[in-house]
Amino acid sequence: MSNQGKMDCGRRRLVVATAAVGGAGAVAALVPFVSSLLPSERAKAAGAPVEVDISKLEPGQMMTVEWRGKPVWIINRTKEMMDTLPKLADAVADPKSEKNQQPAYAQNDTRSIKPEIMVVVGICTHLGCSPSQKFKAGTEEGMPDGWLGGFLCPCHGSTFDFAGRVYKSKPAPTNLEVPPHVYLADTRIMIGEDKKGA
Amino acid sequence: MAAGNFEKYKSDGSLAGNALEWVDARFPATSMWKGHLSEYYAPKNFNFWYFFGSLALLVLVIQIVTGIFLVMHYKPDAALNANGVPIAFASVEYIMRDVSGGWLIRYMHSTGASAFFIVVYMHMFRGLLYGSYRKPRELTWLFGVGIFLCLMGEAFFGYLLPWGQMSYWGAQVIVNLFSAIPVIGGDLSLIIRGDFVVGDATLNRFFSFHVIAFPLVLIGLVAAHVLALHETGSNNPDGVEIKANKDENGIPRDGIPFHPYYTVKDIVGVVVFLMVFSAVMFWAPEGGGYFLETPNFYPADPLKTPPHIAPVWYFTPFYSILRAVTYPLFGLDAKFWGVVAMGASVVIFAFLPWLDRSPVKSIRYRGPIYKTLLTIFVICFFVLGYLGTLSPSPMGELVSQVCSVFYFGFFLAMPWWSRMDKFKPVPDRVTFK
Repeated sequence: MSNQGKMDCGRRRLVVATAAVGGAGAVAALVPFVSSLLPSERAKAAGAPVEVDISKLEPGQMMTVEWRGKPVWIINRTKEMMDTLPKLADAVADPKSEKNQQPAYAQNDTRSIKPEIMVVVGICTHLGCSPSQKFKAGTEEGMPDGWLGGFLCPCHGSTFDFAGRVYKSKPAPTNLEVPPHVYLADTRIMIGEDKKGA
Repeated sequence: MAAGNFEKYKSDGSLAGNALEWVDARFPATSMWKGHLSEYYAPKNFNFWYFFGSLALLVLVIQIVTGIFLVMHYKPDAALNANGVPIAFASVEYIMRDVSGGWLIRYMHSTGASAFFIVVYMHMFRGLLYGSYRKPRELTWLFGVGIFLCLMGEAFFGYLLPWGQMSYWGAQVIVNLFSAIPVIGGDLSLIIRGDFVVGDATLNRFFSFHVIAFPLVLIGLVAAHVLALHETGSNNPDGVEIKANKDENGIPRDGIPFHPYYTVKDIVGVVVFLMVFSAVMFWAPEGGGYFLETPNFYPADPLKTPPHIAPVWYFTPFYSILRAVTYPLFGLDAKFWGVVAMGASVVIFAFLPWLDRSPVKSIRYRGPIYKTLLTIFVICFFVLGYLGTLSPSPMGELVSQVCSVFYFGFFLAMPWWSRMDKFKPVPDRVTFK
């Protein structure tokens, strides 16, 4: 180089400007790739409400339907099951359902519209496993002493009562989610929609 | 010994000689051959532990070749077929039952996955024994850690593809872990899944990562790992730098050409390895439920979690560390700190070259402190691995907490304890019987 030591400042500014513009272009080119990773329009549009007929659901029985790829449980709670709920007020983490895990019309003692019919998303709020039924009180189903019946998540041991309320000091941070739902008739429920027509 | 300082090939007048001279004038064939094989001088005192590098390369080739053939029949589709079975699951069954030789190719691939981790864990342990990560081989080690991370990703993505119960719920749990990260967690898990639940979009992108993205990165990292190694030269069980003592021709006195000496030696390792590999593949391809887990013989059912879910064995030590964290801290969930601890337990290996302050490399010249702590570390690793396969229990939780604390203590306190040991004098030349 003949003019060693002397920097051509104009040329250098051009190089820097070119690199900056090129870099901005490269970052902009990332946008379509990243956005393609997000849920597609079809995935967003899926999740139509599901209509369920519960006329054959006897007291003490539970049925599972699929809504938005998730299990939704419908439990016809017996009187004995209902009676366990007030007894557990001190054992569960959020007895009055203060955390926003249910529509306003299910924010009550039974976390339901009709007291005996429980509608809840059967996905543990910890890491998304589906809890198993442990309906029998006591130690018969391998549960600890004083168990009143409810659900046990097989993955990390969270326990829930018959209203989907999580027990204290368990990995799951909140109660099970109650989906928006509405009674179309006495024994027909629409899951994924409520009175507001949402 | 970098490639490129070798003389070009001069033809002896034969047809083959002329052809090689023609190529060599246009491509560094001779120079690569000599630089990486016939005139790459490796220490002459390699032992058993030095088989696992070349074995890892062998398993990589097995995985790539079997993978290419599996992709010809596999279909990454979560939709249900006419029989109500997910198409992806059914295509794996099809490979197992109807494709000629398909069962063998799939078992090679599934056994290969576990074999890959066994070989890589042994290879990493060799590094711990002989201080292979120490200066000047830090970059070789870092590329190696990159390979390990890539391999974990590859295994995680691959495990979803059969779309069995364990595939589905394993992915569900692991993807949900990312949602524990504050602020970005929710969007991050959405981007990983590509849907609000693990579904067809997830299966397709995991397939893409498993067969294209990660293998490409993996091969690049393996090339970088070997190139960096050949730049500095290999370490050895004595931790002696053989380049410090060269003869009049500039050849290390304790070195022997990699080819033919170690290529032939490695063939012995390959034969023994393939015997063990074949025995597992033919007689116990499920590896007692550890290589292929029982719930994965049932198609994925988004409505029902299997009664016991656990990751495949090679992830269980890290999974145990994740579960061991049960305390919230600084207003953040225990779940988040569990994810952090799990990530840290893998990444911490990358810091070894700078954590180890001992004046000698090899365990042969280190004292009782290192030998004791390394032994406990290995025991902890196995205990964590075992606990990770079990359902959570209060006792298991306590033991895994103790082991996790030791696991991290081993690394974090290393700058101090690695200096305090009683060392033996390191010889000038490698020891060789």
